[in-house]
Amino acid sequence: MSRRPHVLFLAPAMAVLAAVTIYPIIYVLWLSLHRRLLIFNISKFTGLDNYGFLLRDDRFWNAFYNTAYFTVLSVSLELVLGIAIAVLLDRAFKGKGTMRSIVLIPWAIPTVVSAKMWEWMYNSDFGILNYLLGANINWLGSPIWAINAAVFMDVWKTTPFVALLVMAGLEIIPRDLYNSAKVDGASRWYIFTRITLPLLKPVILIVLIFRTLDAFRVFDAIYVLTGGGPANTTETLSIYAYNMLFQTLQFGYGSTISVTVFFCVGIITILYVRLLRREIE
Amino acid sequence: MRRFTFYILLFVVAFYCLGPLLWQFITSLKLGAELTRLPPILPDAPTVENYISIFKAYPFLRVIINSFVVAVSTTVLSLVLGSLAAFALAKLDVGRKGLILAFVLSASMFPPIATVSPLYIIITALELRNTLTALIITYTTFSLPLTIWVLTSFFRKIPNEIYLAARVDGCTVFQSFYKIILPLSAPGLFATAILVFIFSWNEFLFALTFTATIKSRTIPVEIALFPGIHEVPWGDIAAASVVVTIPLIILVFALQRRIIEGLTVGAVKG
Repeated sequence: MSRRPHVLFLAPAMAVLAAVTIYPIIYVLWLSLHRRLLIFNISKFTGLDNYGFLLRDDRFWNAFYNTAYFTVLSVSLELVLGIAIAVLLDRAFKGKGTMRSIVLIPWAIPTVVSAKMWEWMYNSDFGILNYLLGANINWLGSPIWAINAAVFMDVWKTTPFVALLVMAGLEIIPRDLYNSAKVDGASRWYIFTRITLPLLKPVILIVLIFRTLDAFRVFDAIYVLTGGGPANTTETLSIYAYNMLFQTLQFGYGSTISVTVFFCVGIITILYVRLLRREIE
Repeated sequence: MRRFTFYILLFVVAFYCLGPLLWQFITSLKLGAELTRLPPILPDAPTVENYISIFKAYPFLRVIINSFVVAVSTTVLSLVLGSLAAFALAKLDVGRKGLILAFVLSASMFPPIATVSPLYIIITALELRNTLTALIITYTTFSLPLTIWVLTSFFRKIPNEIYLAARVDGCTVFQSFYKIILPLSAPGLFATAILVFIFSWNEFLFALTFTATIKSRTIPVEIALFPGIHEVPWGDIAAASVVVTIPLIILVFALQRRIIEGLTVGAVKG
């Protein structure tokens, strides 16, 4: 039988993917080599000039640092909290289904809604957080607190994803392993660190890939919560790129920043996949 | 762990997950001066005024319809395109399957910000700015990798014998696809549909960039840009948040199992 009709099943999806992802990626690389101002219809090929400027751009390095800080802190907190919740829920109890639905809710809420919710809770004058804590913290207005406030919000929103995937990983672990360890008199902590965690390693790595990539690309959560302020202390790479592109309309340099995000994400992926391969072998 | 401690911990987790939403709900029942007074936490005179206001003072119904049209069209389109591709990858004799799957997976890693500037230029050139079509096309592409990935693994679970038996009985390739494979993997289609729907319902970056008029605005953009004349209308924002979150809560409670299935298949196979 000929293979031609079979390829026809694949063709539409591949054509769409190519048109809306591959072609734009090549286009954005091309744009990043230009000085292009959308309003004045100026477009001039400048080679690697934008990249040279990028390396000397303090605002770029600030955004890079913010993104890295946000990614590392929020992903680590999500992982610890997610594993804790997964271990807690990994047993038979009445209402387990309801509990899983409750845990899913923060994940399902639109990021914009969650950002607005937290903005209101963080309100320094009449926010519920300061009231409950009996504190007077200027969450979103102080350079020290703002980025951490964004981290807490992200942790709330995405811990469920981590918890659910880890739960799926826990379900695969044979119960006999736990039972025989218990018979041998092993403590809970010993069982968790010596049996559960090592067996969870592949799942944890996969969760880490997904979460790290998502956190590194963060845009809407912080854009809506703080807009990048105060004084650019919460401006991430995606927000900086967006502002360059659509506020100052510098499509050349803005694309250069976008390309940097693309390559960072690529490097992170390759590093994780290597780790994962080693783990599986 | 003792039962008591266990249930306390369960309560803490539930409160942590629901607390912010609960506060948003309480806020949505407050007006004017009550919004800026703490204590009391609960409103003295709960009111649905904010809920009326979002539909009267803002074109919120229009925005909800837009979001609905975009989310449903995206879901249908990506299921059609995705299931065809997944069928070929799972059951048919096509070359370089590994390579194709790797390409699909890498497409899902692309950061949206990296494609937003060229897509903006292309969409402007095609005169698709401020149209729902622009969003549907973009969302379909961004959800295709997940769709293909999840559906391929669902289709693979169907024994090859069933597919081959249909072929021997005289079904064409396409007939065996929609008469045999599709009905048998209804749960998988369902799981994927929910994930795509939620993604399209919630997307912000492309919606913000490609649409500037009310005729094509979606919920996340409307809520983010909720206009305030003198001050931020927190009561209205809270009411709007509650309204757009309700369908998602219903989805989550009704279809929790399917969602988790889709999520874990999508991730663990990755």
